[in-house]
Amino acid sequence: MNTIFLLISLTTIASAIAAMSLRNLVHCVLCLTLTFIGIALTYLQLSSQFIGFAQVMIYVGAVSILIIFALLMTRSGHELTLREWRPMHWVWGTLITLGLLACLGLSITGSSVSGKIASPEKSESVKALGQALMQEYLLPLEAMALLLTVALIGAALVALPASHHAPASKGSNE
Amino acid sequence: MWFEGLLNAIKASLVLKAPGGLRPLMAAALSTMPILSAFGGLFAVVTLLERKMLGRIQNRYGPNRVGPLGIFQPVADGIKMLTKEDIVPKTADHLIHFLAPLVLLVTAMLGLSVIPFGQKLVAVEFEAGIVFFFAVGGAAELAVFMAGWASRNKYALLGSLRAIAQMVSYEIPLILSSVCVLMVTGSLSHTEVVQTQSGGITSWFLFTPWGFLGCILFLISTLAEVNRSPFDIPEAESELIAGHMTEYSGFKYAVFIPAEFVAMLAMCALTATLFLGGYHAPLPVLSIIPGPVWLLSKLMLLVLLFIWIRGTMPRLRSDQLMEFAWKFMLPMSVINLVSTGIWIALDGGLLGWLVTGACNFGAYLGLSRWLADHPNHRKRVYQYADGPINAA
Repeated sequence: MNTIFLLISLTTIASAIAAMSLRNLVHCVLCLTLTFIGIALTYLQLSSQFIGFAQVMIYVGAVSILIIFALLMTRSGHELTLREWRPMHWVWGTLITLGLLACLGLSITGSSVSGKIASPEKSESVKALGQALMQEYLLPLEAMALLLTVALIGAALVALPASHHAPASKGSNE
Repeated sequence: MWFEGLLNAIKASLVLKAPGGLRPLMAAALSTMPILSAFGGLFAVVTLLERKMLGRIQNRYGPNRVGPLGIFQPVADGIKMLTKEDIVPKTADHLIHFLAPLVLLVTAMLGLSVIPFGQKLVAVEFEAGIVFFFAVGGAAELAVFMAGWASRNKYALLGSLRAIAQMVSYEIPLILSSVCVLMVTGSLSHTEVVQTQSGGITSWFLFTPWGFLGCILFLISTLAEVNRSPFDIPEAESELIAGHMTEYSGFKYAVFIPAEFVAMLAMCALTATLFLGGYHAPLPVLSIIPGPVWLLSKLMLLVLLFIWIRGTMPRLRSDQLMEFAWKFMLPMSVINLVSTGIWIALDGGLLGWLVTGACNFGAYLGLSRWLADHPNHRKRVYQYADGPINAA
């Protein structure tokens, strides 16, 4: 366990804790972004460049921006802080987290990759990834693409002005 | 080749002179310092050039007081900026307000680290270099949001949200139009993209049907990505003061300006790398002139094009800008991807030229005609100002 790995994981965990516990929601999002960057750096440490950069591009460049837009569009400026703090939230949150941890842990230890050490060779890794996606895992890729397209169409439908999908109401011009 | 070899030899000898433990640090410093200093200097030159050229376009002189022909104007500007008082709004989020310009500058500078300036003249060699470039470019959106939100100013927040919406929208055609180059070279590394374009002007990707369209789409998206005219509505001074930079002054404001210019220069360098042959000379005979000279001259040509556009094009309204991105840029870049696929399947040649050229040109004509015949001239309904509540 070298120093760089230690630094990266400390930053990631600290920012994740901050993302959960800070009161200002925009601060939480920014800390979450730092967590995403830490995860990307961990991928880079494992010499998988493409996944690391894709993590930055998708999570830092897009997902965090999406969260920010969602925050600013659903709450007005002074509502951006969390005040309610119920003990039942703690109980449910802990249960869900433990369940998720158990699921992930079991599936990782049971899978074929557990115990494998990342190979230090870098060359052709991006090419190999692309070929695997386009040949072996083409069907899952297409299924994911279809799912995302459905989500996009659904979002566009929700965002349409009311007059477009409401049953023809009298008096509306459009 | 001799110039790059010389530079690498100097670097190697300097690194060997450093004590053992400091050698990696020395090598890193020697790779990054030239980029930082060269682009810092280039920023000053470009600001002066922009003011001079805009002056010429608008039939006036431009700066001509400081030094001969006004060449020391950037220095005077810098001194003025740095000695101004740094005012932070009372209710601002101080830490984020402070971090935003730094994040913007760092992400802009990071993009330059993967650009090959000549054979074996690249600061960091990444196998997925182009993904890295777009990844750090995406982080700039976050910096813009941080600046706008931390200022606690409605104009700043509105400006930054406009800027983010615009950058997110134009990032899609930007990346899609660079994907066609990656399809042809079969690699994500800048170095290999440039190496494929070696051997004179005819092998540059600009001079293929898909490369020509891709380059134009890429340049338009670049203009939007770095918030330059005609896509500079986020900083529309007539309505939003200075967008996300409204509450910045003094040194912090002085960090924003180079960040924007360096981002523009980095995008121009990427355009030159992807479509204009990078550091290669237009004729094999001219390759005696070092690669960095060629890359920088291509970059400066693109910068001049940007200044020319700024001087002559009116600003787009925010909704026009979005419609242009989603109704024209996105379909065109997807069509360009398809025609690149056809080009690869036909293995280039005359048939490839004819088919992909016809495909791209036909798509352009059809789409632009259709959009011109179906303009979106519906009356705009303002939800709160004159929405259904007030109308009823």
